[in-house]
Amino acid sequence: MTEFTPLLSFGGGVLIGLAAVALMAVHGRIAGINGIVSGFLTTQLNQDWAWRAAFLAGMVASPLIFLGLSGQLPEISIPSSPLLLVVGGFLTGVGTTFGSGCTSGHGVCGMSRLSGRSIVATMTFMMTAAITVYLTRHVFGG
Amino acid sequence: MRLLFAFAFGLLFGCGILISGMGNPAKVLNFFDVAGTWDPSLAFVMGGALLVTAIGYRLIFRMQQPLLAQAFALPTNQDLDTRLVGGSAIFGIGWGLSGFCPGGLVPVLGIGLMEPLLTFAAIIAGMLAARWAISTRYRSDTAQA
Repeated sequence: MTEFTPLLSFGGGVLIGLAAVALMAVHGRIAGINGIVSGFLTTQLNQDWAWRAAFLAGMVASPLIFLGLSGQLPEISIPSSPLLLVVGGFLTGVGTTFGSGCTSGHGVCGMSRLSGRSIVATMTFMMTAAITVYLTRHVFGG
Repeated sequence: MRLLFAFAFGLLFGCGILISGMGNPAKVLNFFDVAGTWDPSLAFVMGGALLVTAIGYRLIFRMQQPLLAQAFALPTNQDLDTRLVGGSAIFGIGWGLSGFCPGGLVPVLGIGLMEPLLTFAAIIAGMLAARWAISTRYRSDTAQA
């Protein structure tokens, strides 16, 4: 069980939205984390690479801010086994590369621009994720 | 200056992820577990983020150009092809297995646990494998054409 946190989740979503809007206003870029990581993995260390590196560094540093404000680290609990994490992670890398985006890129930045591709992509990955959880927890996990 | 801004926006994005619960795989998996220990919290993350971006983007796109860049870099492809749907379907399966999406995972890397690092390494391996597959197919396509 996890606690139902509508206000915290909504507030966190607003911050995510603000960050995405600010990145677009200043750098003219979509805040799709999959795309930013993918563009970070290159041998051409130019200006385009540098903003991605800085953005990712900020993300990785964010637990420090969380710790400073709340006095504790965020609660992270990982139900999946290491094997499932590796298989799931690999499929995530393959799928987001072929599908050109993830929850932030398609789900937030794309859907808010009413991109047809992003709406189809988001509906697709939400549906297969829900089916996967149903199968692992209630059919095979039993 | 550009980099300082990018760092700050990454910090803000990461804080949003951590506060919202998107970085906690238990919460993500419970969001999808409608038939079991359902926790609908993450619908509110999407709601909050979409509310801000839907309004914010509309205002921004009235500007001639971004404040510190030449132009807005927006996707132009509008095809609803099998690559988009198939890739997204595969991503959903991976997300449902691990509970980590890329945006949820990166801020959690900073906490220093082993499992997120392992998952991130697997995501990178998947990205590189897919890139390689796409580039070889592209090369054989152009060779035939």
